[in-house]
Amino acid sequence: MKNAYDYLKLLEPAPAWITGYTETPIARIPVISTELDSFDRTGSIKVRLGIGRDNYTVPPGLYAVGKPDNTSPVLVTANYKLTFDSLRSELEGVNAWIAVLDTKGINVWCAAGKGTFGTAELAGRINALRLRRLVSHNVLILPQLGAPGIAAHEVFRLCGFKVVYGPVRAADIKDFLFNDMKATEEMRRVYFGLHERASLVPIELIHNIKPMLVIFGILLLLNLIAGKYTGFVSTLGMTALNYIPYLAAFIIGCAIVPLLLPRIPFRSFALKGLLLGLLPGLFVLLFPGAFGYAEDGWPVKLAVLMITSVIASFLSLNFTGSTTYTSLSGVRKEMKYALKPYIAAGLLGLVFLAADSISRFLN
Amino acid sequence: MKLRYLKNVSTLELDKEKCIGCEMCTLVCPHRILVMNEGKAFITDKDLCMECGACAKNCPASAISVQVGVGCAIAVLNGLFRKTAPNCDSGSLLKGGKGCC
Repeated sequence: MKNAYDYLKLLEPAPAWITGYTETPIARIPVISTELDSFDRTGSIKVRLGIGRDNYTVPPGLYAVGKPDNTSPVLVTANYKLTFDSLRSELEGVNAWIAVLDTKGINVWCAAGKGTFGTAELAGRINALRLRRLVSHNVLILPQLGAPGIAAHEVFRLCGFKVVYGPVRAADIKDFLFNDMKATEEMRRVYFGLHERASLVPIELIHNIKPMLVIFGILLLLNLIAGKYTGFVSTLGMTALNYIPYLAAFIIGCAIVPLLLPRIPFRSFALKGLLLGLLPGLFVLLFPGAFGYAEDGWPVKLAVLMITSVIASFLSLNFTGSTTYTSLSGVRKEMKYALKPYIAAGLLGLVFLAADSISRFLN
Repeated sequence: MKLRYLKNVSTLELDKEKCIGCEMCTLVCPHRILVMNEGKAFITDKDLCMECGACAKNCPASAISVQVGVGCAIAVLNGLFRKTAPNCDSGSLLKGGKGCC
């Protein structure tokens, strides 16, 4: 890392979250606000919707909160602005140094898993920032969820600072600091409650829109080839009607399963998705006219059931990547069982739809 | 309503002989499945392990091992098709290619 203080140049003019500067033997360190303004709040909402998520960062480097001196604690965090904001908003009344690592704009836990919130980056940055000249102690307080990326014993060897793992949630930091750096069991435990699951739903929906549009396109094409309806506009309208069960499967996989997670039977996400995912297809079998399938035979209706079930099940299985408790081994096992049925049902469904469309075309 | 995932899949292994009783693993586990028992670490509920790797990474005695990796379905598929470890790279994430996260 060339000059670890080059980040200061990136902070001219100073953003709203910098309220001043404090002179230290090593550099003029920016003092950050512990209050979030409307810009910060809208930024948080936008990234939860997938907007601007690739570039929502703060420059990695050293910052101050309150009026820290050489005895003040050093808190380490990631350069994802959502993370940075979550931390500073809990530090009112605290005097501390904040060391922001370059995690490429990714939050602590994901970055730790990937290795970017890692031993090398931590030790490298602490050394480059010359932190030893700033504080008279040698303790770095890290978020507990940084642990998958940090070998605490190695950090000491590399930069002479001892890693102490703080609580999982920033909200508990004050209690942690004022209790002589002791965390309770609950402070060290990760949950996955409704509120947390709900906050993941918008991104799940947005990330999976493209394939869903492609599917709509294919259905439209098949309806046009079949020549079932007169004119493009009525074909488009009928396709939209046909598409409702697919849309339902999409919502089941991206929203309903995540929201109702603990209440849905089975531990397997593919099965949770399948269980609920059979419903749209079932409705098509029971009320075909409602979705524009009144004139279609059983192969088409079966195809809708198969394809929508696969959509709901796969999207549910994919949600495992966003949970706080599923394991890679578990997802591997799920995929081992689910992949062939997904491919078989998906292809068979497509074949039935295409065959129906082509046979109508030929008549 | 405790959320539990699949049974008997976790790759978490603890070698009691190597354990030096430093307690780091008991500190970092996000699901609190490692506790101390007679001066050594002990796994209480292996099925609650999410294979995050925090314990193994912080064991100075290399007494714990676990297979870590990106655990989402698309990453697993990516790995299967490209015959690599699960990954969310499309092209190359590090070269600015668009990954998922």
